[in-house]
Amino acid sequence: MNMSIKWNALAQTAGISFVVTVAIVTVFALGIMALSRRETAVAAGSSGKGTVALAGASLCFAACAAAVLYGLSLIAA
Amino acid sequence: MEHISFLVAVVIITALAFDFTNGFHDTANAMATSIATGALKPKVAVAISAVLNFAGAFLSVKVATTISGGIVNEKTGLQPSIIFAALAGAILWNLVTWLRGLPSSSSHALYGGLIGATVVGVGLHGVNFGVVVSKILIPAVASPIVAGLAAWGATKLAYRITRKNSTEATNKGFRKGQIFSASLISLAHGTNDAQKTMGIITLALVSVGALPKHALPPTWVIVAAGGAIAAGTYMGGWRIIRSMGKGLTDIQAPQGFASESAAATVILTSSHMGYGLSTTQVVSGGIMGAGLGGPKAEVHWSMARRMVYTWGLTLPAAALVAGAAAFVADKGTWGVLVVGAVLVAGSAGMWVLSRRQPVTAGNVNEVTPVDVAAPVTPTPASTTVAA
Repeated sequence: MNMSIKWNALAQTAGISFVVTVAIVTVFALGIMALSRRETAVAAGSSGKGTVALAGASLCFAACAAAVLYGLSLIAA
Repeated sequence: MEHISFLVAVVIITALAFDFTNGFHDTANAMATSIATGALKPKVAVAISAVLNFAGAFLSVKVATTISGGIVNEKTGLQPSIIFAALAGAILWNLVTWLRGLPSSSSHALYGGLIGATVVGVGLHGVNFGVVVSKILIPAVASPIVAGLAAWGATKLAYRITRKNSTEATNKGFRKGQIFSASLISLAHGTNDAQKTMGIITLALVSVGALPKHALPPTWVIVAAGGAIAAGTYMGGWRIIRSMGKGLTDIQAPQGFASESAAATVILTSSHMGYGLSTTQVVSGGIMGAGLGGPKAEVHWSMARRMVYTWGLTLPAAALVAGAAAFVADKGTWGVLVVGAVLVAGSAGMWVLSRRQPVTAGNVNEVTPVDVAAPVTPTPASTTVAA
């Protein structure tokens, strides 16, 4: 009976999972916030601010999309 | 030879039946919170999940070369009768928990079945208990906690960042996100779980010399396994979806997205590190964490307790049933027939019992707990008492 438990690998898995989850949800939430700011700015007639907010939102969602693609590559590997 | 080829046919059919129960048992994992928050309509959700489970079956055959991941000693060659008994135990436990609306791990049911059947058929030395502890038990305890913590933190941040938005805009955004996170879980599920069935069928074919040793699953096996899990997924498993989506906590779109992201991340990270953990337990842990991290900070602990008890019971219960099945099936063709008859009769009986309080796509989002002991018109007092 071999009972060598790799606590290191376990802790690593847990830590990475925590950080990645919080990071993805944070970035996605920032994207939603930026999108909402754009709507407010456009409604107020300030297109300059709106464009900046839209660019920020796009960046956030693109980062999330990249994370999903990386996830897909892990599944297919 | 006659007996063996008959047995292999039985194993293939039973493996596909297990794959089917695995499908509807685990639909909730990917889709329960998306259905509960209204991100996807129930029928649309199960259709997407079914398609992705099927697609997932084609993505990889890496896991399919070993069905137990070293839990039982496969070197001596797993006897088809042991595999058959293991599957019988796993199917029956999956159906009992489905009837009660309890999400339990299909993988643990299969592992439990393999352990029980191996102990009876081969002996205690056939099971690597060290691997059982390090690859199953420890991840089973750790993974829901990790997913719960991650979902809790992510939920807190999601609410904090979007606090100046209108609730409507926030929910709309997170619902869209949920479609992606749920899809990723479905795909990962199809890849992992359909491969187990492929592995079982392939090993059974190898054992009678229909395939060379170390053969990869033939295309028809991949299609059949993917098809069975997709068909099961499309059935919905509405009883479990209700428990997970409505029974644990009142979940809103940001919480749904946080819990699904946590689950997807934990599942992918762990399988990358070689831990075979239970999607069911990870998702449930994520939902509880998201419930506690939300504005109401609540979890229905009575439901959570029932789930945790079920998780603890899954492995030993499936092992017991499979052990008994292995004992009978080992007696020859008539033994296999007896086990098969008990399996079919038991499954049919549980389906009939489920009709007493049917849960469908139409009423999946009601909050009445699922319980067979309840009368057709549920009264609050009797529905929460477990039979």
